[in-house]
Amino acid sequence: MPDKPAITSANGQPILRFDNLTLGYDRHPAVHHLQGEVAAGSLLAIVGPNGAGKSTLLKGITGELRPLQGRIELLGVQRRQIAYLTQLTTLDSSFPMVVHDFVAMGLWREIGAFGGLDRARRERIAAAIDLVGMTGLESRPIGALSGGQLQRAHFARVLLQDAPLVLLDEPYGAIDAASVRDLAALVRHWHGEGRTVISVLHDLEHVHQEYPETLLLAREIVARGDTATVLSDANLQRARRIAEGRGDHAHAPICHADQDAG
Amino acid sequence: MNETLSSIPLLSPFIEFSFMRRALAGCLALSLGATPVGVFLMLRRMSLAGDAMSHAILPGAAIGYLIAGLSLPAMTIGGLVAGLAVAMLSGGVARNSVIKEDTSLATFYLISLSAGVLIISLRGSSVDLLHVLFGSVLALDDAALLLLAGFASLSVLALALGLRLFVLEGCDPAFLGRISRLGPLAHYGFMVLLVLNLVAGFHALGTLMAVGIMILPAAAARLWVCNVGPLLLIAVLVALLGSFIGLLLSYHADLPAGPAIVLTLGGLYLLSLLAAPLGPLASRWRSGWHFER
Repeated sequence: MPDKPAITSANGQPILRFDNLTLGYDRHPAVHHLQGEVAAGSLLAIVGPNGAGKSTLLKGITGELRPLQGRIELLGVQRRQIAYLTQLTTLDSSFPMVVHDFVAMGLWREIGAFGGLDRARRERIAAAIDLVGMTGLESRPIGALSGGQLQRAHFARVLLQDAPLVLLDEPYGAIDAASVRDLAALVRHWHGEGRTVISVLHDLEHVHQEYPETLLLAREIVARGDTATVLSDANLQRARRIAEGRGDHAHAPICHADQDAG
Repeated sequence: MNETLSSIPLLSPFIEFSFMRRALAGCLALSLGATPVGVFLMLRRMSLAGDAMSHAILPGAAIGYLIAGLSLPAMTIGGLVAGLAVAMLSGGVARNSVIKEDTSLATFYLISLSAGVLIISLRGSSVDLLHVLFGSVLALDDAALLLLAGFASLSVLALALGLRLFVLEGCDPAFLGRISRLGPLAHYGFMVLLVLNLVAGFHALGTLMAVGIMILPAAAARLWVCNVGPLLLIAVLVALLGSFIGLLLSYHADLPAGPAIVLTLGGLYLLSLLAAPLGPLASRWRSGWHFER
C-alpha cells in the first residue's frame, strides 16, 4: 500500500520498521499489510477496537510471533533488549518470591544465571523499588500484593531491564487511579530518557493526555500520527466499522488459545 | 564407645545393624537429591506429574529385569531410558498438538505402566513385583548406595548451578523466554533431574513410594516459609527427619520400611497443616497481610 504514509516518523532515526507486515495465528491474519517506521524515542499509543491486532503487533515486535508475510526490522536494538509487559502475565503469583527478588529479575541480562548482586546493583534495585513507590514492601511475597502493587513491581522490573524499547500491553488494565498516575509518570520519565515506549491502551482520554503519537489499528492501519488528529470521531467510527463489518476477509480464526483481547 | 551409643534406644538399631545404617545413608542421599527436585515439582505445579513420571520408568526397569534379572545397572539404565522417553514424548505431543500437557503425560505413563506390569508378570514372581513397586530400602548393597549417592551428588550440583534458572522458569516462564535462550534448557534439564532422582528413589522406595520423599517434605516446608532458599533447606530437613523416624518405626514395630518412611513424612505434613504459619488454621487467625490475593 504505497499511498499510505509511515506509521509515525518523528525526528529521530527509526528503531522499528514494518515492511508489508502481516501477523496472525494458524495462518489466519490478525493484522495485515502494515507499512511504516517507529522513530527512536517515540512515545506511541496503539489503540483500536477489540480484536484489532494490537497485542498481536506487540508479539510480532518481540519475535514471539513470526510474520505470516512481510517483515519487522529492529534497528540498533536486539530482541532480548526489548522490555515487554504483557497484558496477561504468565507470572505465577503463588510462587514463593518476595518483591525484591522479583524486581531483581530485571537484571538478568547483566548478571545471568550466576552473577552476583554487588552493592551497586542492590542500590539500583532499591532505587527502582523506590521509583514505583514500593519502598518498605521489599520482603513481601508477590502473592500478597494488590493488583496495583503487582503492576508497580512489574514496572520496577522493566526499569532494571534498562531497555531502549519498552512495550506495554494494556498496562493499566485493572489497577487503581493512584497507581495509574504514578506509572504514567514513570512512562513520561522513560520518554524523557530517550527510550522508545509503545503502549497498547484503551483509555482514549489517557492517550490524549500522555501520548503525542497514536496508531489507530483495526486489523490494518486506520490512521497514524499526531494523537489529536488520529483520534478524530471520523477515524474512530471508521475503525469500528472495519472491525465489525469484515465479512469480506474471513480472518477470524475459529478457535485459538491466544485470544487477542487487546 | 559403641556400648554407650547403642544404649541410646533411638540410635541402637543404627549402631547394631549395618542394614539400618545403609538404609539411613540411602535416605540421606534421597533427601539431599530428590527432595529439592520435589520442591521445584511442587512450585511448578507438577506434583502429580512427578507421580506419573515415577510410573513411567517401570517398563524400562522391567525390561532391564527381563534381560538381567534383579540387576542394578540394567534396571537403572532401563528406568532412565523409559523415563526420559516418556518425558520427551509427552512434552513433544503437548507442544505440537491439541492434546494438553496433563493428558499427554497421562497417556504415555498409562501405556508405560501397563507395559511394565505386563513384562514383570510374564517372567517374575510377585516378590519381584513387590520389590519394584515398593523398593528395598533395608537391602541396599554397596552398588545401590553408590548409585544413590552418585545421583544425589549430580542432582545437588545441577540444582546449585541452575538454581536461578529453575526459579525463574517456575515463577515466570514467559519472561525467561524473552530475556534468555536458556528456557528450554531449564525445562528439559529439570525433567532429566526428575527422572534421575525417580530412578534413584525407585531402588530404595519403589516406583510407588519414590515420589513420597519428593512431594511430602516439599509441601510440608511450603507451609512454613515463603522464600525458595529456606524452602529447600526445610524440605531437606523434613525429609531427613521423616526418614529417621520412619526407619525407627519400621524397626521397632516391624513395619515395611518404605511405607513407614513415607507415612511418617505424611504425618509431618499433617502436623505442619495444623501448626505452620501458612497452614489453614493459622491463616484463619492471622491478621494483617494475607497470602492469597
